[in-house]
Amino acid sequence: MDINDLRGLSTGLLLFAFVGLCIWAWSSKRKKSFDEAANLPFADEELSQRSTQEEERNG
Amino acid sequence: MSELNAALEHSTYNYKVVRQFAIMTVVWGIVGMLVGVLIAAQLAFPILNFDLPWTSFGRLRPLHTNAVIFAFGGSALFATSYYVVQRTTQVRLISDKLAAFTFWGWQAVIVLAAITLPLGLNSTKEYAELEWPIDILIAVVWVSYAIVFFGTIVKRKVSHIYVANWFFGGFILTVAVLHIINSAAIPVSLTKSYSAYAGTVDAMVQWWYGHNAVGFFLTAGFLGMMYYFVPKQAERPVYSYRLSIVHFWALVAVYIWAGPHHLHYTALPDWAQSLGMVMSIILLAPSWGGMINGMMTLSGAWHKLRTDPILRFMVVSLSFYGMSTFEGPMMSIKTVNALSHYTDWTIGHVHSGALGWVAMISIGCIYHLIPILFGKERMYSTSLINTHFWMSTIGTVLYIASMWVNGILQGLMWRAYNDDGTLTYTFVESVAASYPGYLVRLAGGAIFFGGMLIMAYNVYMTTRKDVAAQPLPAGAAQGSHA
Repeated sequence: MDINDLRGLSTGLLLFAFVGLCIWAWSSKRKKSFDEAANLPFADEELSQRSTQEEERNG
Repeated sequence: MSELNAALEHSTYNYKVVRQFAIMTVVWGIVGMLVGVLIAAQLAFPILNFDLPWTSFGRLRPLHTNAVIFAFGGSALFATSYYVVQRTTQVRLISDKLAAFTFWGWQAVIVLAAITLPLGLNSTKEYAELEWPIDILIAVVWVSYAIVFFGTIVKRKVSHIYVANWFFGGFILTVAVLHIINSAAIPVSLTKSYSAYAGTVDAMVQWWYGHNAVGFFLTAGFLGMMYYFVPKQAERPVYSYRLSIVHFWALVAVYIWAGPHHLHYTALPDWAQSLGMVMSIILLAPSWGGMINGMMTLSGAWHKLRTDPILRFMVVSLSFYGMSTFEGPMMSIKTVNALSHYTDWTIGHVHSGALGWVAMISIGCIYHLIPILFGKERMYSTSLINTHFWMSTIGTVLYIASMWVNGILQGLMWRAYNDDGTLTYTFVESVAASYPGYLVRLAGGAIFFGGMLIMAYNVYMTTRKDVAAQPLPAGAAQGSHA
């Protein structure tokens, strides 16, 4: 056991983390929730317009 | 519970602070780029140093970099992050007072920088030149920023944390760590301090900070803008939400190791240089993954580019991002770096990122934001946005092309040897040979700066209550306006 074992282990660990992340992200279980998240920028138009109107009144 | 719902229904976003930062983005953009044009002119015409210490290149150059990165880029990041975090969590910022403190505190930092740097008060750390009392103010403002941002995410009304907020959050957290660690110093007076680190360690800490200022301030933060404003302007969700998650984690995990490429062939241990080089090359993958994700968001909407100059700003900024994130890994290869380092190629590379990516995505976002914040349907003049777009693009291309030529020219002249081992050229010969490139760079920078003046006029006319937008040019239609 020397420092090179640690280096090898950490490289393997990072590879494992990356592959795991990809599997997690592309799992079909999460598709619905990601679609919802991707549409968040389009979900609040009314609130934004109200905020602008209030800012126009105060500003 | 019904009372709570009633209260929430009448809540609004804090657009005041977003307005303030958005306007100051334009103001500081003009100031910072004007100083940039002046120092570009000084390199071509040294008489413009005016033989005064306060206006010499050595003092104005850090003023330029601080103004464009932290005043212009910083204001754009504050404006967009405060806007995006509210709109994607559907709640108001947790504290209007703390948000106002970050605005006035950040402006105070900028004014102090504009006073102390020309006076020659400089801690000598690149992109961290400000002396210790200002550093403490920055840290206080930044921690307040983190509290406002993350506090707003904590009380969000939706279950997801939208990907743009991950990038903004990563940027805020990392910059806090970088700034506090790199600025650690021992003060000897109110205006003078010495770094807490010595020798090679100091250099490594500095470039760990310096490169991650690029990676997190100038990249992750602006990618946060991309992930909100490109979908918004194109009126369709991001191409792949899954890719955006992998993009985020891969980018933040790799960027942090790339700093040593600034110290090739120095006293830094060779293994650290090689590590920095390898990590810089790997960085190409997440960078291009993100760039492709932004670009492909337009699939099925490419026709909008014909008529929407704001979307054009965003897409061309992504092209420059792709270009400079290919160039960067290439320049980090030690053999390439042996030619490029200390030459104008580096300056060209920085500006391909700074003008092409950072400034152009910010300009696109501000054009998107101003009408929304000031209750207008669109910007005062769409054709002036188009003029600005072409000035920015042509200015950037002139700038980086002239610096490529100059950089390779300088690199080749400096390494040319005669048969007897003496240098073929003196240093001053390489300076004289660089003169035409300096003129072209000055022209490119001046054109880019001119575009900012057009933007200021267009923004001013849009904010005026008594002025209506000009009719759209024939066939033009802009994207989303709310």
